[in-house]
Amino acid sequence: MDAYLLVDFGSTYTKLTVVDLGKEEIIATTKDITTIEENIMIGFDKAYLKIEQILKGKNVNFIKKLACSSAGGGLKMIAIGLVPELTAEAAKRAALGAGARILKVYSYELTLTEIEEIKNSDLDIILLAGGTDGGNKECIIHNAKMLVENKVDLPIVVAGNKVASDKIRKIFTKAKMYFVITENVMPQLGKLNVEPAREEIRKVFMEKIIEAKGLSNAEDLVKGILMPTPAAVLKAARILSEGSDEESGLGELIIVDIGGATTDVHSIAEGDPTKGGVTVRGLEEPFAKRTVEGDLGMRYSAVSLREAAGSRKMRKYLGDSERKIDIDANCKYRVEHIKMVPATDEEIYFDEAMAKVATELSLERHVGTIECTYTPMGAMYTQIGKDLMEVKYMIGTGGVLVHSGNPQDILKAGAFSAENPMYLKPRNATYLLDKTYILSAMGLLSEDYPDKACRIMKKYLVQV
Amino acid sequence: MEKKTLILGVIGSDCHAVGNKILDYALTEAGFNVINIGVLSPQEDFINAAVETNADVIIVSSLYGHGEIDCRGMREKCDEAGLNGILLFVGGNIVVGKQNWDDVYKRFTAMGFNKVYPPGTTLETTIHDLKEALGLF
Repeated sequence: MDAYLLVDFGSTYTKLTVVDLGKEEIIATTKDITTIEENIMIGFDKAYLKIEQILKGKNVNFIKKLACSSAGGGLKMIAIGLVPELTAEAAKRAALGAGARILKVYSYELTLTEIEEIKNSDLDIILLAGGTDGGNKECIIHNAKMLVENKVDLPIVVAGNKVASDKIRKIFTKAKMYFVITENVMPQLGKLNVEPAREEIRKVFMEKIIEAKGLSNAEDLVKGILMPTPAAVLKAARILSEGSDEESGLGELIIVDIGGATTDVHSIAEGDPTKGGVTVRGLEEPFAKRTVEGDLGMRYSAVSLREAAGSRKMRKYLGDSERKIDIDANCKYRVEHIKMVPATDEEIYFDEAMAKVATELSLERHVGTIECTYTPMGAMYTQIGKDLMEVKYMIGTGGVLVHSGNPQDILKAGAFSAENPMYLKPRNATYLLDKTYILSAMGLLSEDYPDKACRIMKKYLVQV
Repeated sequence: MEKKTLILGVIGSDCHAVGNKILDYALTEAGFNVINIGVLSPQEDFINAAVETNADVIIVSSLYGHGEIDCRGMREKCDEAGLNGILLFVGGNIVVGKQNWDDVYKRFTAMGFNKVYPPGTTLETTIHDLKEALGLF
């Protein structure tokens, strides 16, 4: 039987998925701890041994092996633009959609202090933008010169004012920097153009970052580590939503991925106002939008999750009106035992409450908001961001959701709430669960077989 | 010669949109690169747009009578943002009620506006003034 081996070198676990191409079935999934410090293949080999045991006696021919990775802290980037609300924000959105962790966003002309900060951050790639096409070019050229003069030796993706391209090419080529120039992330005011930058970031990731993170050991076995894991999940989300050449998609959807360190939200939706009389303001948001909440996680970020939530919200989800549960101790324990698997009922219950908090807050931060302004013409409604109230599907993935007995309750925490009506969260979504934990694998498979990936996802996502 | 860029918008909590669209059309036809930020625009939106697009002129429209208070501090903000000497035009129904036009004109000029237009100003006037101010004749 012809099969694909799909690998996710995750930050904590290396996960393997075997797909029977003909029958379009998942025939094995295994995992083991990611071993990036020693040799990434140690963890892989352990997980692979488990695969061999499962497939014993079956005649499986791996015609291809593909991988994604968020190991070594994932893809770490900074974004540099001109005006914070405009090109700096556009650059940030492009990088987020490429699957990166944004360490910081810089605006206007870089200072020496900021350059020092950049050199001291453990960065992988810089995204340099600034100026609409034909607009301001002084800033991006100044920043390019600053990077060169101060020997910031990192790969740079340039996605700013096209008028500045020739000069920047000269500056970087002379200094022998590794760079690539692509389309402006904001070619005209208010118009977002993130896909070209995302694609270049992915290519740089494949050419340079894989090696830098010690993942090149894996490249002999695997055909290629194609993209950062979050980019694979976003890709899967798009295929599932929009469909492929032969397969219809589900339409607009949201994916909530609750992990040990972060909670990612992906929305595939236009986000246009769903009610009349609403004016949209602010920078346009990407159709395929990803946000990452670095303070909302089940283990590494347990304490910061507790801080973001506050005691009242946590106790509400714990149903602990008599304040019997020691929230701080529980969170601290998780930070100190990042590989903890909840065993007792109390531990499971606490994890689920944390997951609900993560879902509620991450959705709040992802969706658009409605503001009411009182004008001489009466009340005016302005929307900033995407209106996701009528999105039909909310899909959960990530360890805590996949292993939960009540995934629907966790996902419901992200639904529209009359208490906070300004957050345009989904009113009436159908909840699905990535029970077999295959989203990133399907993102990889869709590189070669988008129709199959779409069908498999529709088959394996479970309604809860 | 390259097109001159101008920022167009309706300031404050004002959502009068029709005149804005007419201005957009007429100024584009007249050969300008019009960046229309639309209605309900605070000062910051005009300024951010001007910085990012390297604009030559900012044209502020106000129809609902509260223009004076909405425009206060705009020239100073332009200076702060590095837009020293950018042309600032304002027009529409820029004050509450019927006031002596000379007084209104003086007040807005003192605030730093290069051109101040009363109600009933024609498109031709504005276009002519723009071309003159930008040395396009």
